[in-house]
Amino acid sequence: MYTFSNKLKTFSFALIILGLLGVGYGFMTSHKSLDEVKTMLAEEASAHGGGHGEAAAHEAVATHGEQSSEEAHVDVAEAHHGDEHAKHVQHQIANRPWSALYVAAFFFMMIALGALAFYAIQFAAQAGWSPVLFRVMEGITAYLLPGALIVLGIAVASGTIGHYNLFVWMDPEVVAHDKLIQGKSGFLNMTGFIIRGLIFIAGWCTYRHFARKFSIAQDNADVNDNRNFKKSFRISAAFLVFYIYTESMMSWDWIMSVDPHWFSTLFGWYVFASMFVSGITVIAMVTMYLKSKGLLPFVNDSHLHDLAKFMFGISIFWTYLWFSQFMLIWYSNIPEEVTYFVTRFQDYQLPFLGMVVMNFVFPLLILMNSDYKRIPWFVVMAGIVILCGHYIDIFNMIMPATVGDRWFIGIPEISSILLFAGLFIFVVFTALTKAPLLAKGNPFIKESEHFHY
Amino acid sequence: MEESSKVIHAIYTDDDVLMSAVKKVKAERHHIEEIFTPFPVHGLDKAMGLAPTRIAIASFIYGCIGLTVAIVMMNFIMIEDWPQNIGGKPSFSYIENMPAFVPIMFELTVFFAAHLMVITFYLRSRMWPFKKAENPDPRTTDDHFLMEIAIHNNEKELAQLLKETGAVEINIIDKAH
Repeated sequence: MYTFSNKLKTFSFALIILGLLGVGYGFMTSHKSLDEVKTMLAEEASAHGGGHGEAAAHEAVATHGEQSSEEAHVDVAEAHHGDEHAKHVQHQIANRPWSALYVAAFFFMMIALGALAFYAIQFAAQAGWSPVLFRVMEGITAYLLPGALIVLGIAVASGTIGHYNLFVWMDPEVVAHDKLIQGKSGFLNMTGFIIRGLIFIAGWCTYRHFARKFSIAQDNADVNDNRNFKKSFRISAAFLVFYIYTESMMSWDWIMSVDPHWFSTLFGWYVFASMFVSGITVIAMVTMYLKSKGLLPFVNDSHLHDLAKFMFGISIFWTYLWFSQFMLIWYSNIPEEVTYFVTRFQDYQLPFLGMVVMNFVFPLLILMNSDYKRIPWFVVMAGIVILCGHYIDIFNMIMPATVGDRWFIGIPEISSILLFAGLFIFVVFTALTKAPLLAKGNPFIKESEHFHY
Repeated sequence: MEESSKVIHAIYTDDDVLMSAVKKVKAERHHIEEIFTPFPVHGLDKAMGLAPTRIAIASFIYGCIGLTVAIVMMNFIMIEDWPQNIGGKPSFSYIENMPAFVPIMFELTVFFAAHLMVITFYLRSRMWPFKKAENPDPRTTDDHFLMEIAIHNNEKELAQLLKETGAVEINIIDKAH
């Protein structure tokens, strides 16, 4: 049995407390009065030299199409527009801590969900190499229930106690003036959002609960009794069907609807690729951590090699989807679709293109060589870059819709990451203490222990 | 001279038996000339003590060549030789039209890497069109495994050892003619 070391526990608490302080600070400083915003904008304008026109142009491209047939009476329109712009910026500033919290919460939830999908695939495929890693995976997926509830909670809170800081379609004022959202309100409404979210979470966590239960029951069962394994096999196959639908719908609900006018048909796949590679990376990292403590003597180089191959392969898969989504929209150049990438290229160039380097070029070059996939510190290094890259991926999905060009990776963002990283470590390593680290009853465990590539 | 042209052929019917035989023969410090198998046997190269393959490096280089060919080719075809206006995107600049060329870059990278790697593998294995098979026993293309060891005045001793490892048949062949 694994015991959660005090050092790590203290570390996770420290992360949570630091994170909470930073998140609190982020929320406290995000309420700017209109005058403050105007002064700030004036300062920026003088610093940039006529930056106002530029900012207004951004806005026209980015979100609100309802500007200026009022060009005729310029002074009035200018003053009026200035006010409206300042209000818009004020709202964006207020959105930032919410978005930062949401991105980090989603990112860590996604790791657990990706690991759960990976785990289910191992059972459905009756994989012989991976059973030695099952307890690690089960530990990681323990975060799914709290993590997913937190994500849903933040989303709902932003539309109830917040001021519609994440999803504009939650704002009845906006919907009243927006024909497109009105047309989608049969799907995009608060009640439906909550009900769907709860169904997704219930489905995933029910599977997780029973898979874990059968896995432990299989340990305690007789050697010739594989009933629990068979049950696990069946529910895993069923879960994967449920998962691929709900994951896709979840990505529409929880991410794509921040831009309610925009849609992409492969968005679900794209988010899936991100969560899958993040999940596998975290499985590899937790495995290496535990192995470095001498707790997983049955895990050998070949297991690490296979995980690293998955990190490599799914990174390329992610790039494939990222590019497929981008290229079709870029090529067809339809205004309502292409605004999505225009904002990202104008205001998010560094994170948007930087993430392709981190998620594709870096793993491609680092993990291509077979021998490097067996060197723990190499895989850890690649893993850290991949995880940062996929955090930025989620960042790029949410932020342009909520904070526009007012983004920065500063105290609210980093503290949110610390907060959920702390919570993640605490939940995962607590779950790891609950059962032996070897799923000794699994019928493939011998094959897995002798797995050799 | 006459002695060294003689080889011993030990035939096995199971890859696991073959593997343990290889380990035993290696442990006795005999040099295994060649092994013929009907299918690739996992880990056999390591057991025989062969040097690791460099085909991955070759493949990487071929991929880079393919990528370069694609870039140069698309630049010539689409930008220099015959620029067209496709979907409102006139082809005046390579970098601005680059996303449309990415699928071709990808495909040619894979194409070059895969095909040239296979061809390299064939040539490195000394296989080319109209080549006469070196295979000493046609059964190794069906369900038998053959291990070939050169004899240096140790015929009896070797035959005894191979018999012990589970060979179903042992033949002495003189390769001189």
